[in-house]
Amino acid sequence: MRQLRSVLAFLRSIEGLPIAGVLAVMYLVFLLTAPTVFSRYPIYKSFFETVPAMLICALGLTFVVTAGEMDLSFPAVVAFAGFVFAWCFKNIDSPWAPWLGFVLALGAGGLIGYINGILVARIGVPSIMATLAGQFFWYGMTILLAGGLQMDIRAIRGTPIHNIFAGELFDTIPTQAIWAALLAIFLWFILNRHRFGEAITFIGDNANVARVMGINVERTRVRLFVMNGMIAAFAGLLLTMNMNVFFPTQGQGYLLQTMAAVFIGGTSIAGGHGVIVGSFFGAYIIGSLEAGVVASRISGYWVQLVQGMVMAAVVVLNIVIEERSIAKLSSRIRHWTVSSRNSHAGPGAEPGEVFSK
Amino acid sequence: MVDSPAAQYALRMVNIEKYFGLVCALRNINMEVGKNEIIGLIGDNGAGKSTMVKILTGVFRPTSGELYIAGRRVDFRTYDVQHAHKYGIETVYQDKSLGEKQALWRNFFIGRQITNRFGFIDVRREKEIANEIMVNTIGFRGRGITVDSKVNKLSGGERQGVAIGRAMHFEAELIILDEPTVALSLKEVNKVINFVHGIKAGGKACIYISHSIGDVYEVSDRFVVLDRGEIVGNLTKKDVPTVKDLDDYLLEYSHGLKDKVD
Ligand SMILES: Nc1ncnc2c1ncn2[C@@H]1O[C@H](COP(=O)(O)OP(=O)(O)OP(=O)(O)O)[C@@H](O)[C@H]1O
Ligand SMILES: [Mg+2]
Repeated sequence: MRQLRSVLAFLRSIEGLPIAGVLAVMYLVFLLTAPTVFSRYPIYKSFFETVPAMLICALGLTFVVTAGEMDLSFPAVVAFAGFVFAWCFKNIDSPWAPWLGFVLALGAGGLIGYINGILVARIGVPSIMATLAGQFFWYGMTILLAGGLQMDIRAIRGTPIHNIFAGELFDTIPTQAIWAALLAIFLWFILNRHRFGEAITFIGDNANVARVMGINVERTRVRLFVMNGMIAAFAGLLLTMNMNVFFPTQGQGYLLQTMAAVFIGGTSIAGGHGVIVGSFFGAYIIGSLEAGVVASRISGYWVQLVQGMVMAAVVVLNIVIEERSIAKLSSRIRHWTVSSRNSHAGPGAEPGEVFSK
Repeated sequence: MVDSPAAQYALRMVNIEKYFGLVCALRNINMEVGKNEIIGLIGDNGAGKSTMVKILTGVFRPTSGELYIAGRRVDFRTYDVQHAHKYGIETVYQDKSLGEKQALWRNFFIGRQITNRFGFIDVRREKEIANEIMVNTIGFRGRGITVDSKVNKLSGGERQGVAIGRAMHFEAELIILDEPTVALSLKEVNKVINFVHGIKAGGKACIYISHSIGDVYEVSDRFVVLDRGEIVGNLTKKDVPTVKDLDDYLLEYSHGLKDKVD
């Protein structure tokens, strides 16, 4: 019994393990339902191309949710950053144009985040309101500046920046998947091992505690939104370069997907607990569900229904494997073993040992 | 700036005033705390006790007034929680001292982490020290509580033990306890009271706030009574030799007040 408990405790201590398990099971199911597609590399390669932008948004949103806030504006940042980049590439005649566009796009993301942060932290607008407005405003700004038109940047293929951010490593692994993984590792350390991440977590747990313990709550919140703006801009850059085209509505499908990835990853909607690894695998689950369902030749009408079921199941799983439920479960198992032992060996069989602890 | 007559005090407030908008929370606060003195701060709900604590610990800025810590005048433009910690002022609140969902070791160091120059936390070192505090200062031994335990697994008394142990570890000159015993069982209240006795024995100062007059009386050397933002009473144990005398004084005061109003 104690062994089972310590095994469970060990498994629980590995961050994101349940969600990684769900992803593995999901791919196993798809291997059975769509063997021709899921037994070959190309489908995975296409996930490595399509998931990273949304995954990166999910990493940023994990911080925001951990701090007890919400950001609805990041899809608009994905579009606006893409516009800034594409505009620079098209209109500046220099080999450095895309790099300038890259830096300006990150800066624009940071600036949008800064405005969000000021509204939330200094003026006191609830973050869901401030960023909802921001989402409309910055999509509007993007459409206005782009004249509602998309921009073809196919000429960027083969340039160094494209090879770095939308190329393929060893001709097999899309580089954006590698960037997403590196960013996930880096942000894991920021959230779990850095002063900034600890401040974010304590603020989400209880902002009053954070304040009386010497954390500058307002400044940290502003920095949080700046960081999320820059992360979303980076996602927008990867997306634009991967598609080789900017379109003013890009990113619009990300909002709900990203939130789903974060929440099935185990990050607490109440704040105070963020799971980067969970968001990482959560994004791959959300990002490959649709393709998997379609490849399984279930009618397309089923896609959303299956998505909803998987999400609900994972969220329930997250709650069930929480410590308290496990304690309850193991005490029930103990109860069964005790009663069965009593019925076999009689009441004299070291009952004290069973009930201690 | 050095304030020589106050150098003997751990802390001295001069004409401290605090307004929240038009609401006056504190007015004419003149009070000092000796270097090894335990002050019992008494007052009704809303009297301004917590507001005073927050000014002393750098959470709020007063509207006007002066504060001297160990004889040195505090510059309120830069004074914040971190400065208060540096000057040796530590606070234990009723419920606002610990992050509930966080591991104990993080709670010991929040606001003053041990980091490298890039701001990354030295987890091993923090856990070592946290463990030392738990075993030596607080005396958690073999209770199934480790530095990795989450705060929400602890009883109320254990939480206050952690908060007080943290304050003692950081070598506070003045520990402020703002209603540290609310919702604690009798046994756990006794633990907190023992901690306060420990502060006195250790030669440090303390401001103890509680609505339980018996507890305040037991630990304090002097009593300061606050009413609607003003200090209306300043009594030593000589003035009120028993807890009943203190109780009577407070009753008389509030009756007197009522007569005036009537
Ligand atoms: N942040 C704030 N903004 C506005 N008013 C406040 C704020 N904090 C406290 N006050 C007001 O200041 C007054 C004093 O409150 P304070 O919390 O200091 O009382 P207290 O003596 O600690 O009471 P209690 O025994 O209930 O804890 C109250 O009228 C309260 O409404
Ligand atoms: Mg109070």
